[in-house]
Formats: sequence, structure tokens, C-alpha cells
Amino acid sequence: MMNIDTNKDQNWTIEARAPIFDLKLKEIWAYRDLLVLMVRRDFVSFYKQTILGPLWFFIQPLFTTVIFTFVFGNLAGISTDGLPKPLFYMAGITAWNYFADCLNKTSTVFRDNAGIFGKVYFPRLIMPLSIVASNLIRFGVQMFLFLILMAYYYFSGANFSVSWAIMLFPFVVILMALLGLGAGMIISAMTTKYRDLAFLIGFGVQLLMYATTVIYPLSEAIKKYPDYAWIIEYNPMTPIIETFRYGFLGEGSFSWDGFGYAIVVTLALLAFGIVVFNKVERNFVDTV
Amino acid sequence: MNNIAIKVENLSKAYQLGQIGTGTISRDLERWYAHIRGKEDPFLRIGESNNQHTKSDSDVVWSLKDINFEIEQGDAVGIIGRNGAGKSTLLKILSKVTAPTTGKISGRGRIASLLEVGTGFHPELSGRENIFLNGAILGMRKKEIQRKLEEIVDFAGIERYLDTPVKRYSSGMYVRLAFAVAAHLESEILIVDEVLAVGDAEFQKKCLGKMGEVSRGEGRTVLFVSHNMGAVKQLCRTGVILDQGSMLTQGNIDRVIKTYVQLQQSSKQPFYKNLNENANILKINTEDGNQSRKISFEHDENIILRLNCMIDSRCIDALIGIKILDTLDRCIFTSEQQINELVSSTGITEFTVTIPNNLLTPGDYKASIAIHIPNVQIIEQIIDKIFFEVLETGTDFHLFSGADYGCVFADCRWDTINSK
Repeated sequence: MMNIDTNKDQNWTIEARAPIFDLKLKEIWAYRDLLVLMVRRDFVSFYKQTILGPLWFFIQPLFTTVIFTFVFGNLAGISTDGLPKPLFYMAGITAWNYFADCLNKTSTVFRDNAGIFGKVYFPRLIMPLSIVASNLIRFGVQMFLFLILMAYYYFSGANFSVSWAIMLFPFVVILMALLGLGAGMIISAMTTKYRDLAFLIGFGVQLLMYATTVIYPLSEAIKKYPDYAWIIEYNPMTPIIETFRYGFLGEGSFSWDGFGYAIVVTLALLAFGIVVFNKVERNFVDTV
Repeated sequence: MNNIAIKVENLSKAYQLGQIGTGTISRDLERWYAHIRGKEDPFLRIGESNNQHTKSDSDVVWSLKDINFEIEQGDAVGIIGRNGAGKSTLLKILSKVTAPTTGKISGRGRIASLLEVGTGFHPELSGRENIFLNGAILGMRKKEIQRKLEEIVDFAGIERYLDTPVKRYSSGMYVRLAFAVAAHLESEILIVDEVLAVGDAEFQKKCLGKMGEVSRGEGRTVLFVSHNMGAVKQLCRTGVILDQGSMLTQGNIDRVIKTYVQLQQSSKQPFYKNLNENANILKINTEDGNQSRKISFEHDENIILRLNCMIDSRCIDALIGIKILDTLDRCIFTSEQQINELVSSTGITEFTVTIPNNLLTPGDYKASIAIHIPNVQIIEQIIDKIFFEVLETGTDFHLFSGADYGCVFADCRWDTINSK
């Protein structure tokens, strides 16, 4: 449909019903330039007319790390598996932020873009994809900050070591992106009709952080609450963050079972997300 | 489909009226249950037409119903209809912004739709960046835009501001830039909503010229929706009339515009009857030269007021006058007549007053009628009862439509005195 092929005699049809699982990959590929320009727009417009510019990307994780170190590390005295506290928290925050940003932004994609979507057609999936991609830039910047902190602690002789699981890092990033994308698309598709979800997602993501091993290690949760730790274990973000921490810092509860579980949940949510997203995108203009 | 660019078959679109929100979950479940049993959607009852004036117990409305037409390649088609006739819905479906409820459209070639100019413009980004972004949203590849950049900038006339954020543009520049991007799309089918309502007359002319060039010169298919009959007439060869969601007719543009004008009239009352028993002015109606009553007149038609009066002894030596006002209550002209010059005896008499053609410019007008003795007594007057309109059916001023260029056409003489 409406391809950007140079083929002038391209035939197309518009019908009332569409195939339920249609990725339209060919179409998305045809619009790849738009994806790049959207990412660029997000990035450039983020720091236009600010003094600190891209530095703002650093400030948020830095301050959060400091606060977490004081509140959870020192005040509450939650164990960090023997790792330096700032390093432990920043690892969790960096990974969690990427997932949370993807989820938050994707979940409002229909509302935020109702204006454009109501006036012009392009593959709607471009928008969530551009969100995931532009957050990746932000994530990259924060990873850089994390690596600096790692180097600092390494040279001051702190007790941690990089493990083989660092090889899984690319998969960890892809999993976080797809999980945020999948869950976000489901929520965005449903918020077009049921606005309630929009309120839920605002603090829901924040609460979800406490059900994920961002500010405490999984081992600690199992030790203190053996009966309820399964909630945390069934959260697909838990194995992802544990793997991330195990890879970079050598501490954490990594298991292939958990990692495999996260992959299965992610793919299932993603597939479901694409189906509902495709279904909603055809008519959402009428209800928003 | 050899020469057919777009073929629309049995196209319908239903909208839900009222609140969407409460109760939608139970309704969705009911719908879903009907769907898995292979039944019709219980909330879509076939048969409701899109009449905005009548009430109905159903809260589903068919914005489009069973539309069928074909558009040939290279044709320029005007889609006309009153507000709410389904024009915008049709364009939205054609540009894939929303999906039809039933039916099918098939076609050939890339579609570019301009339902709005400047979609996706980001105020913080520069003109150049926005050209690329907007072009990409409309479906252009980056290298395609690169190739046309100079042409686009030239058409918009914003060369000096190319690297300035568009939030500092004047609204005219903004619109010019946005239209320029869209006009340079290399698509086989161009769909244009009333975007031309913006911008100054000169630019509108340029846009119309560009679109005419696109359809005639480059053999592209253009679909154009507008209320401005003058623009439609100039640009399009054929037309489609939509009314209350259904297609009334398709064909040659002159015939279609005529049909549309007649359609406009059938909806209003071109008739006033005085219910007062002792009245002197009994009935008034507006009509054309063929004595058919109407209230919408083409600009080159005579407008005739037919007055039915009871002339009694009080009136016979008085004056009868009409006063034409525009919608802002500005008086445009008056015309007075001594009654005893028209009739010699008392009794019921009919008069006609002819307002010459090509006098009033397109717009809405009202007429006041009075029987009076100047500076002494107003015997009777009828105010705010007689309304009529002059339609833009291709006057020399159609490009200025929307602007206030006066109420009357003046045929001034222009002479050259000295030229070098």
C-alpha cells in the first residue's frame, strides 16, 4: 500500500478489514528516512534553548544515584550485594530508565500524535520505533556515565569484576527496548478508548520500579520475603536487570531460566502489542 | 482498471455519536461476542442516514453510505457538498487516516494528501529541517527532497529565513513553506482539502496555478475539496456532489455546480407571508427570471423580489422602497418608487423589483421592504425576513473569496496615459 517505490504503477487497496498480524516491514523500510528525522527532531528539540544542552541527560541519573545512595543505601541500609552503593544504584537506574522511558513515551503515542495521525498517513509504527531509538541515544549517554563511574571505582580498588555475562549486554538492551515497546503499544492502544489507563501508567511505572530489583538485589528480597519474592521473580524486568548487573559488576542472580523467561514474555507482549496497535491505528482518529 | 486511478466501491463509514467512554467495555464485549459468532455488529444498524437536523434513537451515524465512483487518471475532480456531507470523511479514508467501515477502494500510484498544511512542523526546527521532516512525513525520501530543495525554497520565497526556526516565521511564510513542500511531492494522486483558505490572494493564485499545472501538465490525478465554487470551476474538469453521506451525482464540472446550486436552494424558504390581518405588505418572495422561487443566485443572474401588497387609500400616495443590507447590516443601496406611478387604484397588487445581475458580489444579503411617506410616516416595514445569497460561480474575484473586497462589482475603466 502506498509504497515509496519508484514503481509508478503500484496498485493498492484500502479495505475495511486488515490482516490481524501485519508488520508492514516493507512500508516501514520505505519510510526509514522519516524514522531518522524523527529521532533527530526529538534529540535536537530536547535541548534547544537550554543552557546545559545535552548535559541534562547526565544530570537526572547522577542526582537519582546520589539520592538513592543516601536514602536506600545509608538511611535504610539495604544491602547491595557487597558492591559500592553508587555503582549498584546507577546500574539499576540506567537500565530501568531506558525501559521506563520507552514504556512511558510509547504508552501515550496516540494521544501525543493525534494531530499528525489525524491528518496524514505514514506507518504508525514509525512513532513508537522512533521513541525507542531516541531513548537509545539517551541510554547511550547514561551508559557512558556509568562506565566512567565504573572506571573510577576500578582504579580506587573497589571489589567488583566484569563477568562473562557482559556478552549478553546487546540482548539485554534489545529486550528492554522490545519489552517497553510491547507493553507501551498495548497501553497506548487501550488509552485511545479507556483514558483511565493513562492515569495508571503515570504512577504505575514508578511503583513497578519497586517490584523490580533496582534498589535492592534479588537475593536480598528472597532472603527477607521468601513467600512474596515470586512477585519480583515473575516480573520480566528483574532477570534483565539482574543480568545487566551480573555482566558489568559480577554480582547478581543470573540464571538462564530467568533470562529465557524474560525473552518469552517480551516476545509475547510484543506480538500482542503489534496486533492491538495495528487494530487501533486504523480507527483511533474517530475516538480520540 | 486501465485508465482508472481510483475506484471506490460500496464505501461506507459509520461514526458513533455522543460520549465514548462510559459503558464502552460492556459494549465492546457484546460486539466481540457478535464478531466471533460471525454476526453483524449489533451497534451498526444499516439504514441511518447522515442528517444532522433530525433526531434519531440510534447513536450511530453513517457519515458515508454506499459511495461508488471511479476517477480516471489525470483527471482533476472537485468534491463538493454542504458542511457535513461527508467530504472530509471521504478524503480521510482516501488518505488512509481512518479506515472505512465497509467497502473498498482500489487504485494505482502513490497518494499524497494535503488535509492540512505543515503537518508535523516543529516550531524549534529551522525551515530547512522542517522541509525534510515534513517531506518525510508526506512520504518523500531524503534524496528526493534534497533534489527538490531549491525549487521548494524558491516557490515559498523564504530563502533568507531558511535556517531560522519556523516559530519566528510570519504565518504567511509558514503556510507558503508548508504548501511548497506538499506541492513538490512526486505522487501520481494529489488530494487537497480546503488548505487554500489560508494565505493571501496572490499565493492562493500561485497554489491554484501549481495544482492546475500538476493535473494538466504532468498528467497527475487531483482530488480537490472546496466551498469556493470559483476555484473548483477553474481547477477541475469533473465533480462529485456528496449530500448527507450519499453521492448525488458525478460528471462535468459545470453541470455539477449547477446541480449543487439548486441543492442549496431547496433547503431554505424563499418565501415570506405576513400573518398580520391588516397588513399592507402581504407576501414577499425572491425568484429568478423564470419565476422560480429561490434564494441562492448565481452572480450573473437577475435577482427578482416579488411583492404582493394590499394598496389602500393610505398607501396610494406613499412610496414603496427596498433596502439591501449585507450580513454586517451595512446598507448597500436602496431603491424607492412612488406607488401611484405603479398603480392607479386601490386593491391587491403584485410588484416585482429586479436587482440587476453582476451587481452584488458573492455573499449573504437581506432585504427590508417598507411603505412610507418620507420624513412623515412609516406605514409598514418588513425587516429581517427576506434573505438571499449570491454564490461564487466564477466571478473575476474568486481568488479573493473570503476577503472583504466590497459588496458591489464596479466596472471601472482603466486607461494608460503614459507608458515608457
